[in-house]
Amino acid sequence: MMRRVGELLRALGTRVVDNWIWRLGFASRFLWLTLKESGTSFRRFHLTVREIYFAGVLSLIIILVSGLFVGMVLGLQGYDTLVRYGSSEALGVLVSLSLVRELGPVVAGLLFASRAGSAITAEIGLMKATEQLSAMEMMAVDPIARVVAPRFWAGVISMPLLAALFSAMGVFGGYLVGVRLIGVDEGSFWSQMQAAVDFREDILNGVIKSLVFGVAVTWIAVFEGYDAPPTAEGVSGATTRTVVTASLAILALDFVLTALMFRGS
Amino acid sequence: MRDAVTTSNLVEVENVTFSYDRREVLKDINLVIPRGKAVAIMGLSGCGKTTLLRLIGGALIPDKGEVRVAGRAINRLGYDELFALRRKMGMLFQFGALFTDMSSFDNVAFPMREHTGLPEPLIRDMVLMKLQAVGLRGAADLMPAELSGGMARRVALARSIALDPMLMMYDEPFTGLDPVSLGITGQLIRRLNDSLGATSIIVTHDVAEALELVDYVYYMSAGKIEFHGTPGEVRAAGHQALRQFVYGEPDGPVPFHYPAPEYRLDLLAQ
Repeated sequence: MMRRVGELLRALGTRVVDNWIWRLGFASRFLWLTLKESGTSFRRFHLTVREIYFAGVLSLIIILVSGLFVGMVLGLQGYDTLVRYGSSEALGVLVSLSLVRELGPVVAGLLFASRAGSAITAEIGLMKATEQLSAMEMMAVDPIARVVAPRFWAGVISMPLLAALFSAMGVFGGYLVGVRLIGVDEGSFWSQMQAAVDFREDILNGVIKSLVFGVAVTWIAVFEGYDAPPTAEGVSGATTRTVVTASLAILALDFVLTALMFRGS
Repeated sequence: MRDAVTTSNLVEVENVTFSYDRREVLKDINLVIPRGKAVAIMGLSGCGKTTLLRLIGGALIPDKGEVRVAGRAINRLGYDELFALRRKMGMLFQFGALFTDMSSFDNVAFPMREHTGLPEPLIRDMVLMKLQAVGLRGAADLMPAELSGGMARRVALARSIALDPMLMMYDEPFTGLDPVSLGITGQLIRRLNDSLGATSIIVTHDVAEALELVDYVYYMSAGKIEFHGTPGEVRAAGHQALRQFVYGEPDGPVPFHYPAPEYRLDLLAQ
C-alpha cells in the first residue's frame, strides 16, 4: 500500500517536473533569447508592422463586433438592475467601468488568444515542420530574430490597442441600448461617466492589464509554435495548447493584477 | 587551426561519432571533400546521410571527432563565426523549404536583403540572374503554392546560390521528381558546381542519377562508410551490399524484413 502511494507520488512529481517546471524553464530561456534578439524588430520596423497587420488589424472585426455586443448586453442588464434602485442615470458609469477595468482587457485578451495567438503558433509550427526555420538558419539568419521577435512585439503592441478599441466599442454599445433604445438621459449618462472614471486608477490600470495579457498570450503563442513537434499532430496540438494555456493565463493574471490594483475604497 | 590555403580539401570529417539521445547514428566517420569536386554520399534511408550533412553545416555538434570546413573546425566556432561561415554555404533542402509567404522573387532575394545591404535595383538584377540560371525567370512573381515540386526545388536552388557559396549541400535533391525535372535538376547541380567554382556534396539514394553526375562517391551503411571510390569503381565493385544498393535488388545483405519474432510464433500468439 505504502509502496503504491510512493509510486503514485513519484509519477505525479515526474509529470509536474517534466511537463510544467521543465517547460516553464525552457519557455523562460526562450523569452530571454527573444528579448535579446529583438534589435531587428525595431531596426527594421517594417517586419514588425507586417505582423501587426496580421495579428492586430485582422483581429479588428471580431474585437469590434464583440465589443459592441458586450456593451449592448451590459446596457440591458445594467439598466435592469439600476432602475430598481432608481439610479438608471449611473448606467454610463457601470458600463464604462466594467469595460475599462475588467471586460475590455480580459475578453479582448481571450479573443486575441484564439484569433491571433492560434494563428501565430500554427504559422511558426508549420514553418518548422516544412524546414523553413532550418533553411533560414542555414542561410545564417537567426529565426528568433527574424520570425519570432517581430511576431512577439507585434502582439505586445496590438493587444492594448485592441483592448482599448473593445472598450470604446462597448461604451458605444451601452450608449445605443441605454440612451437610444431605453431612453436614459443622455446628459447624465456621459457626465456621470466623465466624473466617475479616473484616468490613472481605471484607464491606466486597464491598459497595464492588457499589456501584460499581450505579453503572456504572444509569449505562449510563439513558444508553442517554436517548440511544436514538426508533424501535423504536433502543430495541431500546439495550437490547441496555445489557446488553452493563454486563456487560463489571462484569467489567472487578471486575478493577480486586480488584487494588486485593489484599493478597497 | 589549419590554414585554409594549404589544404586542397574544402571539407574534412575526422573520426566523427554522433548519437541522437543514446542511439549511435554515425560511427567513427572519416571523409574528405576536395575543392571544386561534386561528391555523393549515398546509402539507404536512415543510414545517417542527412545527419552527416547537418554536422558539416554546423547544425549539429559531433560527440567525438572534428568537422573542418575551409580549414576551420566547425564544432569549435562561436555563434557569430559559424554564421559568417554559413554565408559561404548553400543548402538545398529535400522539399525546397521555400518561405511560403513570399513570392519566388522574394525567396531568392531573401539572403541578399538579409546580408548584403545592396540597393534594391541591384538586388532585382541579381535575383533575375539567379532565376534565369535555373530557367524560372518567368515564375518570379509566383507564390510557392503555385509552383510544381520540381519548380519549387529549382527556385530553392536559385535561393541557395544567391550569395555564390563556396560549398553547396544537397539533401536528397531528386526525391519525388518526375524524370524530366530529375534530369534538369541533375544537370543544374553539375553546371552550377562548375560555373560557380563551388564544391558540392549531394546526399542521395538515387543511384543512377548520382553516378552520372558526381566525381566521387561515399557509400554509407548503418552509420559507417562502407565503400568509397569513383563512379566507375562503384559500378565495378564486388562489395555485396553496395551491389544490392546500386542494382536495386530486393534481398541480399540488406534484408527485406525488419527484425521481428518468428512469423509462425507471432501468428499463433494470443
